[in-house]
Amino acid sequence: MYISLTNQPKDPEGTPRGPKVANRVSSVVISLGIVSMLTDVSSESVAAILPLYVTGVIGLSTVAYGFLEGIYQGVSAIVRLGAGWAADRVDQPKWVAFSGYGLAAVARIFLLFVTSFAGLTAVLTADRLGKGIRTAPRDALITASSKPGNLAASFGVHRALDNTGAAIGPLLAFLILLVIPNGFSTVFVVSLAFALVGAAVLGIIVPNVRTRSTAVVDREAPGDEATAIAAKARARPRVTARARWRELNNPGLKRLLLVAGLLGVLTIGDGFIYLVLQNRSPFAAQFFPLLYVGTNIAFLTFAVPIGRLADRFGRARMFVFGHGLLLAAYVSATVPITGAAITILCLILLGGYYAATDGILSVLATQFTNSETRATAIGAAQTVVAIARFISSAGFGLLWFALGREWSMLIVSIAVAAAIPIVALVLRSARRYRADVSV
Amino acid sequence: MNRRYRIALLSAISAVALIVVIVFGTLAFTRSQAAKNAPSSVEATPVATFTGERVQFRNTASGADYGKVASVPLDDPGGPRSVSSQICDRVYATTKLTMCLKTDAGVVTTWTAVQTGATGKQEQTWSLPGIPSRTRISADSKLVAETSFITGESYATVGFSTETIIVTAAGKSYGSLEQFKLMVDGSRINAADRNVWGVTFGDDDRYFYATAASAGSTWLVRGDLVKRTLTAEHKAAECPSLSPDGTRVAFKKNTGTFSQPNWRIAVLDLKTKVETVLPEKRSVDDQVEWLDDSIVLYGLPRTGVAGDSDVWSMPADGSADPTIFIPHAWSPSVVHP
Repeated sequence: MYISLTNQPKDPEGTPRGPKVANRVSSVVISLGIVSMLTDVSSESVAAILPLYVTGVIGLSTVAYGFLEGIYQGVSAIVRLGAGWAADRVDQPKWVAFSGYGLAAVARIFLLFVTSFAGLTAVLTADRLGKGIRTAPRDALITASSKPGNLAASFGVHRALDNTGAAIGPLLAFLILLVIPNGFSTVFVVSLAFALVGAAVLGIIVPNVRTRSTAVVDREAPGDEATAIAAKARARPRVTARARWRELNNPGLKRLLLVAGLLGVLTIGDGFIYLVLQNRSPFAAQFFPLLYVGTNIAFLTFAVPIGRLADRFGRARMFVFGHGLLLAAYVSATVPITGAAITILCLILLGGYYAATDGILSVLATQFTNSETRATAIGAAQTVVAIARFISSAGFGLLWFALGREWSMLIVSIAVAAAIPIVALVLRSARRYRADVSV
Repeated sequence: MNRRYRIALLSAISAVALIVVIVFGTLAFTRSQAAKNAPSSVEATPVATFTGERVQFRNTASGADYGKVASVPLDDPGGPRSVSSQICDRVYATTKLTMCLKTDAGVVTTWTAVQTGATGKQEQTWSLPGIPSRTRISADSKLVAETSFITGESYATVGFSTETIIVTAAGKSYGSLEQFKLMVDGSRINAADRNVWGVTFGDDDRYFYATAASAGSTWLVRGDLVKRTLTAEHKAAECPSLSPDGTRVAFKKNTGTFSQPNWRIAVLDLKTKVETVLPEKRSVDDQVEWLDDSIVLYGLPRTGVAGDSDVWSMPADGSADPTIFIPHAWSPSVVHP
């Protein structure tokens, strides 16, 4: 689907490219990917069987469950920015991320003893908080450990490993339940083990890359842009907390946050898309409980190639293209064609959309900031997206209730189609504020 | 810490985690195999078909027959039970049909509705979008209904959603009841968050009762299969069940909040509109079944025993406290040949 891109002019955005040898993804990124993979096996295995556990063992209907979901999302959004800021402030992104992974792991211990809905809610909230805490500092670590020329590919590798975990988790959980009927506690123990080993890999193997000393990490980079940034970072005086917030005033970053917010508001939750598919196609109805696994598999398949293409042809361009894939996914879900092929196509497009936007957003955020404020910028971008999606799911819910499936999908599709050129223009105008390109 | 030491430490942690998982998993597996192979904890006789005046239900007694469809005679509900080989999560039966909603456990777990005839022969089957919830068959065995949750998306991101379908026993589908026109106090509700669940049939193959919900409210609705409408008759009523004489509806009434529900069983007189809340103090999440015109049956999970439950009975006028009707049972249906 990205072949058409090869006709684009070379190096359109002045994206720095290192020599071939510098194009290898850092072992730190791979370690972080393994941490995320293990953690995702842990969280997704529990998530997949939770409805069964809640109804079958705790004996509750799922009413209560979906209701609270929105609240967790809101909490997680605010924590992202705070954790990113804290990671920059103490210059310890690894240990801030570790506290997030650790919190989620410790919460799983309690999962073994929880018998009430309130207890389950507390455990899941802790899990979500942990996810909120770790994301921005971890993405800052990925950035600090990568060469500017392969940043998107590094994120691609990380997200591919991450989603491998997300795809394995549910299958592993259902396999356990197949072998041990009602073996929920075994699933919880397995989940706990994966979470602990994941946190251990981070704590023991991943070096404590301190973003303010990027110069040390990047020393071996042979005279390319990386050294230039490192030199710039070295030359910069220690930033104060105030200055760190002021860094977010970078006009380029502001534009990116604006764009991310606009697109976030126009992004329908996957669940709604699956419902549209389920309503249209008997194939989707039959495999409804597994559609999200399909999206994960598409995401992990495309993450690396899309990351490499983004490094080559421009991250902003890929980000815009990704939203084109999202639009195509909406259209494919809405067109009155039924059958397995259109469902699979829609899942592939959704996976492609995630591959082209999820990690790339963090890459774009780092482009408008220096190494001291990286985690804050990434956290800000993710908070904006999380809040925008929160608004979107409430807003789309209203639209869906008022107008029904087809019309609301159509309206959102038109809005996305209108937003894409605007986003492309705004990102183009933001280019000159990039911190990593000498203009 | 040098590199070698780090690797050794990580290997040690991973090894401990692996050992714990293997030990725990093996114990759990052995225990579950032992439970599966143990003789049934209650007296149970395998049969090919059920006969006589009976209550059919899902057997939840631990042991070999766990989860199977079972039956006890109406005049000895606490006595020995007959069990079939069919395994269901939710079951309902008449003399001619059995509706079974079941989990197909596997690396990809899915759910299915199966309609079988009196001889146990499969007559029709379809996929469910999630965990089974309710099923009913009309008294003349011509219509069947089923409700399941829409699950699958991790963390249930779309919130609470159900799908309820009515089909004829012969295979003609009326589709999802969400497509029916929902009328509340004379005005139509188009909101797409409307949900319908818990069908109970009248005796004319046209009218039925169910629950409809939208924007946090629930209603007892009267459905019409010919006009394809649902008309609200009463507020705050879920999972209705029509009495055999058709004069009253028993339902669960939420006295808690939407997110922390606390369901009481109530009986509504359809003519006088008088609602009687029955003296069951525990929260009941089930669709009531009428034993006869004066006694209701419903399931409650056993506290402290995962996956086990009992069927309780109580007079429908609220004149006495509940008592256990069938121990280790779930999803009862009263069958009068």
